[in-house]
Amino acid sequence: MTSPTTSPTTSPTTSPTTSPTTSPTTSPAEYDANAFVLLVDAREIVVCCGTGGVGKTTTAAVIAIEAARRGRRAVVVTIDPARRLADALGLTELSDEPKQIDPQIWAVSDVSASSSASSSASGSGGTSRGSLSALMLDTKSTFDKLVTEHAPDPPAAQRILDNRFYRNVSGALGGTQEYMAMEKLYELHASGSFDIIVIDTPPSRHALDFLDAPERLMRLLDNRMFRLLMAPTKTYMKVASVALQALLRTVSRVVGREVVDDAIAFFQAFEGMEEGFRLRAAKVQTLIDDPATAFVLVTAPRRDAVDEAAYFAQRLATNGLAVAGLIVNRIHPPFGDADPAELRARAGGNAALLQLADMREIALRERTMLEGLTGKIPSDAVGYVPLLAHDVHDIATLTSVASHLFTP
Amino acid sequence: MELRQFCSQSRVVIVAGKGGVGKTTVTAALALAATRAGLSVLICEIEGKSGLAAAFDSAALEYDEIELAPTLRARTIAPNDAMVDYLESHGMKRMSRRLANSGALDVVATAVPGMKDILVLGKIKSLEQEAIADLIIVDAPAAGHAITFLMAAQGLLDAVRVGPIRKQAAEVAELLHDPARCQVILVTLPEETPVNELIETAYEVEERAGVALGPVVINGCLADLGTAVADATKLGASQFGAPENASPEFGAPAFSGDDIDARVVANAHAAVAFQSERRTMQQAQLARLASSLPLPQIELPQLLSASIGRPELEALADALVQGIEAL
Repeated sequence: MTSPTTSPTTSPTTSPTTSPTTSPTTSPAEYDANAFVLLVDAREIVVCCGTGGVGKTTTAAVIAIEAARRGRRAVVVTIDPARRLADALGLTELSDEPKQIDPQIWAVSDVSASSSASSSASGSGGTSRGSLSALMLDTKSTFDKLVTEHAPDPPAAQRILDNRFYRNVSGALGGTQEYMAMEKLYELHASGSFDIIVIDTPPSRHALDFLDAPERLMRLLDNRMFRLLMAPTKTYMKVASVALQALLRTVSRVVGREVVDDAIAFFQAFEGMEEGFRLRAAKVQTLIDDPATAFVLVTAPRRDAVDEAAYFAQRLATNGLAVAGLIVNRIHPPFGDADPAELRARAGGNAALLQLADMREIALRERTMLEGLTGKIPSDAVGYVPLLAHDVHDIATLTSVASHLFTP
Repeated sequence: MELRQFCSQSRVVIVAGKGGVGKTTVTAALALAATRAGLSVLICEIEGKSGLAAAFDSAALEYDEIELAPTLRARTIAPNDAMVDYLESHGMKRMSRRLANSGALDVVATAVPGMKDILVLGKIKSLEQEAIADLIIVDAPAAGHAITFLMAAQGLLDAVRVGPIRKQAAEVAELLHDPARCQVILVTLPEETPVNELIETAYEVEERAGVALGPVVINGCLADLGTAVADATKLGASQFGAPENASPEFGAPAFSGDDIDARVVANAHAAVAFQSERRTMQQAQLARLASSLPLPQIELPQLLSASIGRPELEALADALVQGIEAL
């Protein structure tokens, strides 16, 4: 038998209700549910980041529901929820306005199916003051609203909204979705209608596209080539302009003149609004840096997900930001502490014992992988959610996920 | 179907699926399978940073081909590189680097949605026409993006009315729409959400993008438990003592006594119950997939090992070959 003390992450699944064998060595330092309770009680913004397929959207929903149950006015902003989760949250379409969810759906007393729910609601709150809203981000209408707000007058706004280049930008193009998620975050925060905003980040190739979004959008709008094109007569730009005109001719030859004309028209219409956009981008940045904002990394015991989480943590650190929570989803239960090789040797052909040996091997592999992770990512709160036999798509299963994060 | 015949159906195979389903692993396993049939293979990575090179113990992939194994080569096709390549081969060599570095591509790509994808697909098309390998396997962007990727040619034909890029898009569309030249293999996991997304993607690939679909590959399938359930009940009378505290239900409280053997028995029961519940769930999802999507399925097993290296890829290639031969 292996000694459980040799591995600091022997028992990621500490909930006694679901893990077949709970290691007696779990210490609060390894698994501090209070840290997550503190997070939902004290923070104003929670940004959930992670690579695809790790349960980011689910986690965002769980955090928002818990906050509402603890008496806060919570809103969850989702990007592309799986159909059944969207249904569970009562989200039927993209929208600009958060939609309040009937407390009957999420309040604990109604989730009698989940035995673990009661403990997670025993906190300070009570459900009377709390509320839960949800919003499925509509990138285009968020962008339209931003344009309308910053345009000097309605005709100028219309010129931009009608421009073909703008319509392409405001579609789901690189960085736009990320930026609009941020914009929506700012808007909801400024409205003062919510105590806590939980945001699910877009399924980017790299989670950190989200962090870079304001800067990337500004870079596009700032593009030197087009800035110069807008003012070709200013003498100090003359020299550069000649070279740029040549570049432009090349572009025109490849894609056609009208595409270039659209783009120029856009940048011209955009002039004057730029300052407003820049100011707003700066405010969004301030919000990201605010201590009331928490970054929660969501990952799974999978090589690519773990690597991505470590990379993202490093990026946050570079930006002077801390990881407030690390949540590892979809962990296999440990099934005791027996050594797989020993089990196989003793199995005598018994398929059940061989199965146990396989499960032990998977568990050990996952724990080895996660050991490195918690070392690399210093986080106030670390939570582990076991692999469930079924998809998480209703409030009862969301509640059971919550029990793993918020039950001490 | 015979392996060589399967791998020779079209010169280009695009492997697509949502993030985290093991697209790159399937790409590599398919490549190995094709080399076993005596074909030369080129893998094209679109997004890079996939772990493909690491699985073959090779340095990171670049725009220039490298050899991963005999008759198996790989490279990346990043949009910026593809643009420089395109401009150079269209008599605009002097301009190409500057255009790429000035950020102009960002602006043009925004002005012309699908521009980057067309540059990438255009490169794949010219590799296909050069017959650079018997089989070109493309590790596509994650689903969602994959649809955009495959729709790029059509979108661009609508948006751009003149010029060489339009011609490029037309040629790419021709490649994509010809099942004898190109097909898409979709990858998923036997779970509810990935299956739903796969079904949606499949219809979009076929109906909207007009690209032919090969079989669906399902990663991470649990094997039949065989006699495990029956064997679990035998454990009580075996060398491990009576499992009086063992509950066969998943999620049952753990046995906390000191008797190590009894604990093992309890855990064996729990492990078998857990796996059989997961397997039942997987089988239901596979059945649902089969009834909603008239495409053959190839199942790949869940692996126990910690990371994907050459031996794991060979094992997956074995399973893939088996699945192909059963088609």
